[in-house]
Amino acid sequence: MLTFILKRVLEAIPTLLVLITVSFFLMHSAPGSPFSSERSLPPEVLANINAKYHLDEPVLTQYFYYLGGLLQGDLGPSFRYKDFSINELVAQSLPVSAEIGVWSFLVAVVIGVSCGVFAALRQNSWLDYLVMSFANLGIVLPNFVLAPLCILFFSIYMQWLPAGGWNGGAWPYLIMPVIAMSTSYIAQIARITRGSMIETMHSNFIRTARAKGLPKHRIILQHAMRPAMLPVVSYLGPAFVGIITGSVIVDVYFGTGGIGQHFINGALNRDYSMVMGVTILIGTLTITFNAVVDILYAIIDPKIRY
Amino acid sequence: MLTTDKTQAVEQFAERIVEIEGRSLWQDARQRFLSNRAAVFSLIILGCIAAFSLLGPLFSQWHYEDIDWEALSDISVLGRPAIESGHYFGTDTLGRDIFVRTMQGGQISLLVGILGSAVAIIIGTLYGATSGYLGGRIDSVMMRFLEILNSFPFMFFVIILMTIFGRHIFLIFVAIGAISWLDMARIVRGQTLSLKNKEYIEAAHACGVSTFHIILRHIIPNLLGIVAVYATLLVPNMILLESFISFLGLGVQEPMTSWGVLISEGASTMELAVWQLAWPLAFLVLTLFCFNFLGDGLRDALDPKDR
Amino acid sequence: MSTLNQTPLLDVKDLRVNFKTPDGFVTAVNDLNFTLSQGETLGIVGESGSGKSQTAFALMGLLAKNGVIEGQANFEGQNILTFSEDQLNHVRSEKISMIFQDPMTSLNPYMKVGAQLMEVLILHKGMTKKEAFEASVKMLDAVKMPEARKRMNMYPHEFSGGMRQRVMIAMSLLCQPKLLIADEPTTALDVTVQAQILTLLNELKSDFNTSIIMITHDLGVVAGLCDKVLVMYAGRTMEYGSTDDVFYRPTHPYTQGLLSAIPRLDSNDSELTTIPGNPPNLLHLPSGCPFQERCVHASDPCFTEAPILTEHDNNSQRACHKSAKELVA
Repeated sequence: MLTFILKRVLEAIPTLLVLITVSFFLMHSAPGSPFSSERSLPPEVLANINAKYHLDEPVLTQYFYYLGGLLQGDLGPSFRYKDFSINELVAQSLPVSAEIGVWSFLVAVVIGVSCGVFAALRQNSWLDYLVMSFANLGIVLPNFVLAPLCILFFSIYMQWLPAGGWNGGAWPYLIMPVIAMSTSYIAQIARITRGSMIETMHSNFIRTARAKGLPKHRIILQHAMRPAMLPVVSYLGPAFVGIITGSVIVDVYFGTGGIGQHFINGALNRDYSMVMGVTILIGTLTITFNAVVDILYAIIDPKIRY
Repeated sequence: MLTTDKTQAVEQFAERIVEIEGRSLWQDARQRFLSNRAAVFSLIILGCIAAFSLLGPLFSQWHYEDIDWEALSDISVLGRPAIESGHYFGTDTLGRDIFVRTMQGGQISLLVGILGSAVAIIIGTLYGATSGYLGGRIDSVMMRFLEILNSFPFMFFVIILMTIFGRHIFLIFVAIGAISWLDMARIVRGQTLSLKNKEYIEAAHACGVSTFHIILRHIIPNLLGIVAVYATLLVPNMILLESFISFLGLGVQEPMTSWGVLISEGASTMELAVWQLAWPLAFLVLTLFCFNFLGDGLRDALDPKDR
Repeated sequence: MSTLNQTPLLDVKDLRVNFKTPDGFVTAVNDLNFTLSQGETLGIVGESGSGKSQTAFALMGLLAKNGVIEGQANFEGQNILTFSEDQLNHVRSEKISMIFQDPMTSLNPYMKVGAQLMEVLILHKGMTKKEAFEASVKMLDAVKMPEARKRMNMYPHEFSGGMRQRVMIAMSLLCQPKLLIADEPTTALDVTVQAQILTLLNELKSDFNTSIIMITHDLGVVAGLCDKVLVMYAGRTMEYGSTDDVFYRPTHPYTQGLLSAIPRLDSNDSELTTIPGNPPNLLHLPSGCPFQERCVHASDPCFTEAPILTEHDNNSQRACHKSAKELVA
């Protein structure tokens, strides 16, 4: 088991390197220097700035400078917000995104799994149909559709919740972002759970468990839950990526000031170092999370041992 | 006595085989699909939406770029949906007709959905089939590459691409298609692998059927079902992705539009003019909904195990 | 045949299993009657789809949700077919246990073998974990599992098919049930392993004095193990009696066909004998006798009237329009 974990962690490193390299060279193949738009700068100043950011050196040298910086946890300076380093901007916004993200993820998994299990155990009952109708609806309500609907309903018509802002993460400010982010994942997870639970309950070893005279709740908890969770666990990776991507939308709509905001501003203002920094950060998170999911999968499924 | 009995048995068996062939997979699937009311209904609605998007603009006096200067003076009153003004769905903040723009946005969204899926399916099928069919070392290298790509946050890459290379509609297809082929490749590879080892494929090999013929007669038809199901599930995803990118202001350019752009514009004015959000939103959600049911229906129809 | 006259452990009367399918009702088991005394072994023989497994599932309350049961199955004087799920859970494993056809999928692949054994004892006997562990090891030893203690901590995929079936057998015997239902326990196994498992069952039968219902399509298994045999076809009883009677003096064309279809080394016939045709589709049963389409003796009444199961000599029963004398001659 330990060797498997170690191996899986080591495997993540080349992936990470590829990610960094690709985003670096992609950014540097972009036409124009980050400062070329600021025409007012005299040539000497421009040269100074370029020298400061090593922009006058060959791309390969710049790449190694950047890698070296990354190794020390330095994402480099922002080309747009001259007085801030990307690290500072990220330090400000990452906790916000993390709080929304973690809540959304937990809500999605807990509600999704329980809905799916109940629907599966009451297959073809009104409860099943109700859950599945909601799930079908939830899947087609992506975050950028749900966010304005939430604001329309909760803030404008009912006036229950503030339409935006963060306020240090007080719960009224948290509710709508979490709803917007988690709904379609609740739906997906519920569907996946229901499907795999039904399949598991029809399998031969569940029949054996019934023949052993085990009461139903024990059959479900001890025999069916683990195998039924496997497809859900493999969906956690994509769900994680989806929720991270969704944070861009949430930041745009609710003005929560998360990391997505910086990314979008960076993309719209051609702040390459910002976009690159965020991409690498999120890439790292994703790769790490995928490794965690793989390890989790191996823990649940005894057949996987490599 | 015995020999006649045996020939009878063989004849009976042959009859049953013919019966099975007669009600082939596809015929069976069609029957099952047609008996799934939700799926058929979704297909009809999707057809209507597509026809509406293509033909709708012909029935309006407005063009998607036209600005109604009269309505512009007071959007929240004159821009309301009304039959008399010819703005069936109302106007946007610039006095442009939402009805025509929703139709035009629909064209773009559906086009992106279908072309994006096509790109994804072609790349995915080729990659997956190659990897699965060649097997061995090449397969494991190709799969490792897939795994690496899979742990990339691709949405961000698309956004980077959009920032760097500008917002060309063609680029959107390619970018979206190029990030969505990974799952397709994995599914096709798995199918190819298991098909390769099926007894009837081996039997065909043993009988001297050529590789090309095997692929044509046995592998492709078997992959077709999976591809069809996956495509219907992919199209709504593509539409979603496009809407997402457009929503962020990185998609199609003015004065062209897509449902994502319209939703984004509508969302910013929803306090004053709900209709600007409601119509494109309704169309998008309805389309996604139908595609979902269609995909489920197709999967149930083509996967006899799932019945 | 004194055993047939004792008070039976299990008395099945007019058992009928119907399945509601989109294409209509399917009768998988049609008016089945048999009795089983303590220590006795009954073989149920038939081709696949003849309803023998569904009979077992009906007795255990394990039918699929669309299955409907009629009739009675009196086990120790109580009709277990009317039992609630809770009542059944006290019968299952404690009094009646079951071994399944496919040992590869019948054990939970996500649980250690030991845990799967122990939970039966903890649940039904109220043992502590430690006691249950020791008892399980003992039972694994009893089914001749090498290194039983070590294997308790292994997962099913680390076992071979035969070893898994041994685990299944051990699991079914943990509570020393009165009745063991074995549903084709050897079908999925290699021939040599089959023999080992059958020998094991034979030994266990005498050690524990368990009654066994052996469901199989392998006549050799029945001959070696069973006191009585019930031949099923399309959900109906064709012939029912002591193994000796049925095997040495078969009086039903189907049984005769089955017996002559066994390949023999000692005969010089180069051709294999078969029963022509295939079992009928249960949705579209032929009128009259279900076997008529494949029966070499079929004549007028067979096409229109289903034969009734009647007493034959020596407590055996048969369902055929032809008289036994006509067929044996």
